[in-house]
Amino acid sequence: MRHDLFMSGFGGQGVLLAGTLLSHAAMIEEKNVSFLPSYGPEKRGGAAMCTIVITDGEIGSPVIGNPSVAIFLNQASLDKYGSRIKPGGVCIVNTSLVELDGFTRKDIEIIPIPMNAVAVQVGDARMVNMVAVGAYAARTGAVSLASLAEALKETLPERNHKFIPANVRALEAGASRCR
Amino acid sequence: MSKRLLVRGNEAICRGAVEAGCRPYFGYPITPQNDIPEYMSRVLPELDGVFIQAESEIASINMVLGAASTGVRAMTSSSSPGISLKLESISYMAAMELPCLIVNISRSGPGLGGIDASQGDYFQAVKGGGHGGYHTLVLAPYSIQEMYDLTMLAFDLAEIYRIPAMILGDAVVGQMKEPLEPHPRPSRELPPKDWALRGKGDGEQRFIKSLYLGDGELEARNWVLHAKYQALKENECRCEEFETSDASLIVTGFGSAARIAKTAVMMARDEGLKVGLLRPITLFPFPEKSFATATAYCKKVLDVELNTGQMVEDVRLSVARDAEVFFYGRPSGTGSLPTPEELLEQIKKHY
Repeated sequence: MRHDLFMSGFGGQGVLLAGTLLSHAAMIEEKNVSFLPSYGPEKRGGAAMCTIVITDGEIGSPVIGNPSVAIFLNQASLDKYGSRIKPGGVCIVNTSLVELDGFTRKDIEIIPIPMNAVAVQVGDARMVNMVAVGAYAARTGAVSLASLAEALKETLPERNHKFIPANVRALEAGASRCR
Repeated sequence: MSKRLLVRGNEAICRGAVEAGCRPYFGYPITPQNDIPEYMSRVLPELDGVFIQAESEIASINMVLGAASTGVRAMTSSSSPGISLKLESISYMAAMELPCLIVNISRSGPGLGGIDASQGDYFQAVKGGGHGGYHTLVLAPYSIQEMYDLTMLAFDLAEIYRIPAMILGDAVVGQMKEPLEPHPRPSRELPPKDWALRGKGDGEQRFIKSLYLGDGELEARNWVLHAKYQALKENECRCEEFETSDASLIVTGFGSAARIAKTAVMMARDEGLKVGLLRPITLFPFPEKSFATATAYCKKVLDVELNTGQMVEDVRLSVARDAEVFFYGRPSGTGSLPTPEELLEQIKKHY
């Protein structure tokens, strides 16, 4: 099975950390993975994007034109990249910050989740990225929640390991929105 | 099997260099290769190595020249405009037959250009960018594992042929993270360094120089270098062939472009099109024979590059006389990276 994901938000929302977490989780499951961060003159508040491919076979291109799944954490991401999702694909949207009214695609599945609100509910507004990853994992089965929880140890620096239980709660909260 | 690590391409180069025994690193910062000096500044001092951020690119390449003269494995890294600055000394090192590693995580140009992935430096890398008519060995990795493996190979070949070696990458292979399986440097028989400078002691006097003024002296030196380039062409060409045996169209490209093209080839195969990929891994020496052999039966070649057409010249010189060579290029810049879907369209157009 081949999974490809495009994730986009603004700098500071944790898009790149989320991508690294998914990559570590895929490796725990002995899959192949590529993580391609967008690379521009980026900064907090600027655009942040990454593309992730997870597969049992050969990865091939780390660049994807029409992703099967996209996660949009802010309005600019949906406006710019919403049209690129492959027909039949899945679009996971942070409706805390994104207005879906103007987005009329009927050929994809749209999963609206107020991620900022969910993150605040489980303890910290900064865990928006974990809510998104949890939702993605639950919807696609690309990696398991258990692998993600395990992967937090490798993704976060040791000094932040005390936050792992809170991050796991955020992953689960996101996943529960897709079950 | 050792534990797989999730590392960035730039870091994989560093790990390969350290495993290959490189201890001095000299460089000057430039995006998108700054992870290399960052890693080396952290790791080399712990290994009794030397990390120096020089005052300029020119200073750093001359430090490499000095270190390499003593026979140690030395390296520098930079990105396109920085490599341009280093070219004068790379020409000197080619003349002096000094092994070393130069990493170019190239960026878009010309001029200051931008920091996006680009293959605009192909000509500069393979045709001898500096003066005087020389070549460096040029390797083009397309995965994080190859960033590691080819770095180790580059150091070995540089010593065997006494030639500066270059790794040519870009922001895609430099910044991307993938699993890396580290392994010890494969053992290889290396020639004694009977040329390396040391305190004279009781030994013979040694010279390393590039100025030859005697009658016929410089011509002879040039023939020595030429013979070395011929030997490289004979013995060290490397490429990857994927699904080429029954192909009606062969896609070619190197580094990140080949990586994107490979998925386009797989997509074409899924649609029943007989398409293969021939990917040069050594850019100098260019795998001419592989192209000649492949185009003896497959008469269509589509070359894909992140520029307006550079390697395509070497492809045209290498294919069978009756083979057609098509080109598709995207000179780089923000938002200009081609997608597999886009390359599939090109495949269908020429199939």
